[in-house]
Amino acid sequence: MKIIVAIKQVPERDAQVRIDSAGKWIEESDLQFALNESDAYALEEALQLKEKHGGEVVVLSAGPERIGQTIREALAKGADRAINIACDDLNTRDALGVARLLAAAIKTESPDLVLTGLQSEDLGLGQTGVILAEVLGLPHASLILHVEKTDAGLNVKRELEEGWFQQIELPTPAVLTIQSGGNKLRYATLMGIKKAKTKEVRQLTAAELGADATAVVVLDRVTLPQKQKSTQMLGGSPKEAAAALVEKLKFEVRVL
Amino acid sequence: MSRILVVVEQREGRIARISWEAVAAGKRLAAQAGAAVSAVIVGANTEALATEIAAHGVAKVIRVEHPLLGRYTADGFTLALQQLIESERPTQVVLPHTYQVRDYAPALAARLNEVLISDVVAIGDGPVFTRQLMQGRLSGNYQHTGAGTCFVSVQAGAFRVEGVEAGTSPALIEIFTPTIDAAQIRTKPGDPFRGSSQTVDLGSAQLIVSVGRGIKEAENLPLVQDLATALGAELAASRPICDNGWLPMERQVGSSGQTVAPKLYLAVGISGAIQHLVGMKGSQCIVAINKDPDAPIFEVADYGIVGDLFEVVPALTEAIKAARQ
Repeated sequence: MKIIVAIKQVPERDAQVRIDSAGKWIEESDLQFALNESDAYALEEALQLKEKHGGEVVVLSAGPERIGQTIREALAKGADRAINIACDDLNTRDALGVARLLAAAIKTESPDLVLTGLQSEDLGLGQTGVILAEVLGLPHASLILHVEKTDAGLNVKRELEEGWFQQIELPTPAVLTIQSGGNKLRYATLMGIKKAKTKEVRQLTAAELGADATAVVVLDRVTLPQKQKSTQMLGGSPKEAAAALVEKLKFEVRVL
Repeated sequence: MSRILVVVEQREGRIARISWEAVAAGKRLAAQAGAAVSAVIVGANTEALATEIAAHGVAKVIRVEHPLLGRYTADGFTLALQQLIESERPTQVVLPHTYQVRDYAPALAARLNEVLISDVVAIGDGPVFTRQLMQGRLSGNYQHTGAGTCFVSVQAGAFRVEGVEAGTSPALIEIFTPTIDAAQIRTKPGDPFRGSSQTVDLGSAQLIVSVGRGIKEAENLPLVQDLATALGAELAASRPICDNGWLPMERQVGSSGQTVAPKLYLAVGISGAIQHLVGMKGSQCIVAINKDPDAPIFEVADYGIVGDLFEVVPALTEAIKAARQ
């Protein structure tokens, strides 16, 4: 089975994000970046499928030069090769524009399966995988925790709301968006890191793929969120803050 | 005249609150544009639901009916709604941001060369659609610049349903029959099932202590368990804790877990991503302990302590034990 995993590099989880001077995005210069969490689960699912059924895992990412590092990490975890789409205007493309770009690269590979994380930790749109399926003309299933290969195609476990699940059968080729938590993530081994240096990374550019980048939806302004409640902050030492909270729980919330 | 369609979702023959919130959002858009709101219900047998919706102050209810729409599939819903939208040509389509909508609406919009503005929390003049960025640390204002239909999905709890009830006379009900061939539906969905036997009912708990990523290691969990015990509270968690297998899934609060509304929700080391907040923001009192003063959990908290949970939690456990004596 030939599997393409579309991955995204996002700011590290605990990074202190600041709005940039234009108010259109975040200040990226002093940020650390990492592999988007649900994409890490998509990669893990792909690697496990390959271990069971053979085949090839190709990681695909688009973005500025810095994404090379995240691609290397995916190769070190066990992906066989990679496709790196150089694209400096990823942030101004809308979800359809990004999906078109990825789809243009995927078409050249004719994979059996395309996996991607459920949503990104930066924009959180949760749409790229589903739109990819539409652009590629493939069936899809989203919020997938487990993938099983069958004679007819795939049998996948989909998460529903409030603790419910569902099995879905679908033919291949197909696109799946992977939910976190379905597998245990692996770490790159020393050997893996060494091997990654010699693995093939196909370099493409957004310009040569020629995907339509006209946006119909634009992120116009980035602001600090509005507070929904006026929070009373309890300061002082841990002991003082704890004592102040106990007072509140006793006399105002009345649960003690 | 501009026209707004609101897609109402049914689950097991019932309409969930989030769909009425989508109707409220549709009415908010309609008020800006002087437009009429029509509600859409998709299925194989929607008569009773359509009658219920018709009493909620919409101009029209459209039943998108077909035997192949009895069970949800992305292919079926996308095809049916594409045909409806091409026939109705609405200016805006509003949907509830449910798992089902997330599964088909991005494809539906893309098929019409449009992009869904997903998980919207507010609608301003323009219209400008606000949604969260960076796991709730920032907000983004989005605008639709295309000439076609604008697609928007709204987050649970973001729009008030009060006022949606007020329908004077029942709305007109129409039937729209899409053309769908069984071969066009490529996926075969099975029946929904419960993950594990639910032995913990967080939904009826009065006091909840909930733990998140800030706890760092499974070995540190007794710290929070002690606090829960001292308080007589149920222990709950955010998704990453259950993903790691540190606590069973049935203790998970959030969109994929349980929805809770206790008297007290004490969040320890939880940053407050949307998926978690939708499951607990109805709590009467929310207390947050987090090392990051900018963590979005503080936006919904009544009381907050910024500090190292490994110092604050033991101190709090002791203080509660002392107060209980």
